[in-house]
Amino acid sequence: MARYRRTRSVALGDRVFHAALWICAASIPLLLLAIVLELAVTAWPAITRFGWGFLVSTAWDPVTDTYGALPMIVGTAVSSLLALLIAVPLALGVAIFLTEFAPLWMREPIARLVELLAAIPSVVYGLWGIFVLIPLLREYAVPLLQRAFGWTPLFAGTFYGNSMLAAGIILAIMILPYISAVAREVLLAVPNDQREAALAMGATRWEAVWTAVLPYGKAGLMGAVVLGLGRALGETMAVTMVIGNRHEIGLSLLQPGYTMAAAIANEFAEAVTELHLAALFEIGLILFAITVAVNAAARLLVWRVARASAAGSRAL
Amino acid sequence: MNRRFAYLAALAVAAGGCASGEGRVTLTGAGATFPNLIYQQWILDYNAANPGVQINYQSIGSGGGIRQFSDGTVDFGATDAPMTDSAIAAAGGNVIHLPTVLGAVVATYNLPGFQDTLRLTPEALSDIFLGNITRWNDPRIAAHNRGAPLPSTPIVVVHRSDGSGTTYVWTDYLSKVSEEWARRVGRGTSVAWPVGLGAKGNEGVMATVTQTPGAVGYVELGYALANRAPAAAIRNRAGVFVSPTIEAITAAARGAMETMGPGTDFRVSLTDPPGADAYPVASFTWVLVRREQSDSLKARALVEFLWWALTEGQKEAARLGYAPLPESLLPWIAERLAAVNVGGRPVWENPIGRP
Repeated sequence: MARYRRTRSVALGDRVFHAALWICAASIPLLLLAIVLELAVTAWPAITRFGWGFLVSTAWDPVTDTYGALPMIVGTAVSSLLALLIAVPLALGVAIFLTEFAPLWMREPIARLVELLAAIPSVVYGLWGIFVLIPLLREYAVPLLQRAFGWTPLFAGTFYGNSMLAAGIILAIMILPYISAVAREVLLAVPNDQREAALAMGATRWEAVWTAVLPYGKAGLMGAVVLGLGRALGETMAVTMVIGNRHEIGLSLLQPGYTMAAAIANEFAEAVTELHLAALFEIGLILFAITVAVNAAARLLVWRVARASAAGSRAL
Repeated sequence: MNRRFAYLAALAVAAGGCASGEGRVTLTGAGATFPNLIYQQWILDYNAANPGVQINYQSIGSGGGIRQFSDGTVDFGATDAPMTDSAIAAAGGNVIHLPTVLGAVVATYNLPGFQDTLRLTPEALSDIFLGNITRWNDPRIAAHNRGAPLPSTPIVVVHRSDGSGTTYVWTDYLSKVSEEWARRVGRGTSVAWPVGLGAKGNEGVMATVTQTPGAVGYVELGYALANRAPAAAIRNRAGVFVSPTIEAITAAARGAMETMGPGTDFRVSLTDPPGADAYPVASFTWVLVRREQSDSLKARALVEFLWWALTEGQKEAARLGYAPLPESLLPWIAERLAAVNVGGRPVWENPIGRP
């Protein structure tokens, strides 16, 4: 600031540049505010009609104009967590392999291939889910899962194909490239001194990674996971094609479910009554609030971890 | 040289001005996706014959069509589910529903090893979609399909997850034939389904049914025809099992007309009509037009286009998977079109005259 004052008299160009940057910087929060306002205003009839009950009600009946969002909130959470559960170990494994263990000639091509997964359009994942993944699940995976875990409520019931499980797996594949790409950058940013020091102490390569490299990059790796979670929460097309779109909460992963993004995409175009439209907007508002909360929580987490572990967040 | 060029340019401008003065009109419409195919074909053909009229139709869905029509952002709307009385009141009552073509909704199924055409009674159909019948070899289905043995596999119901006029027609039919359906579920562009998987769009339902053994779902006839999908024959009110064909759908409209008069609101539902050769799950799709218009040039162009579509244009219907309107309906439609006016002055002469 002090420096700016000194140069203020020098050039008009600087002042114009200053103002332009201010406008750019201010436009982002203003845009966010505008989105929230628009969502809230359009959702208002539903907010006043259903109150907090909207969040805990499981009814969704456009014929009688009664709406509740709980099945979709739960569905969004379950499908995203399931995706993380599958994708995080895989993505971290890929990133560790590519930075620490793979032969040099192999690293770049494989990293590019994994990143290529992110370039596939969502709807193509959905089609692949319907025509490849679901038949595979039905023929091979689910019978095995049911034999092993059929006694738990998680894998109870009949499997028709479109299900929470299929949605979770599709989402896992979709967020994998994001997590692994960021994780790889984070691991690449870990200074070689860390590895060399651990190896010099007599650690095996695995021990070096586990004790010296991963803790150093902890904050960055968490950032990678949160990036994946954010993407999973909002993913729409592929999920709606395989999740079964049913307003129901079930313990079993083999049952169909629903997500908030899928409900909006499905019903928006034909929402005729004002209340139906308002209910969909309120779901949008909730989804918005959840993603903001997740990102804020993640920031906090990354910040706290970063303070403890020095420079790990540099790659962020 | 220069001067001659300037003359030419002036001439061209004058000619262009004349053309626009003669009535270059741009009409915009929006709404239902189901008739999109034939509307686009009509627009193309009509524009070729009448280059002065530019028409632009966006298939954004029936709900969106009604909304844009009511907001006055489009010159005409299109919908598969008629506007409710309250929606019409909200639009100031200034709406004419005009049927343009007929569509049908068919039950398509995936029964490996079953080669016959599945025959379903209205009771069996509603019980399947209510979840009261859960296996294919249930006697209520098997009794009418004696030719081939039905498997004992569970029935997987597949329905639309997106709001849709197709869903409206399907649930309208089920509400008419099943008291339990009318009470528990009702009719609408999206409803609370008692059982089943939701899939997005006709293509989603079709794909899910194709991929799921034991599945049954509903899609538009044109879609089933294009995919050569099996379609169940449904027993109509006369007690005949009728397969969905173009002729059986026009027959449904003819059957429903028996209960209509020249003044009947065209929002009438065609499902479950009388007539021995009528397929029972048929429906009009409508164009929404304002009776009182403000721009006489536009109003006239719109009415002329619609009249052309309802007469000449009907020849395209069958080829594109739609059923043409019965010709006996034309005089009634002409009368509605002749009612379109600007400040009380009609914009179009009824070519048929009063019926």
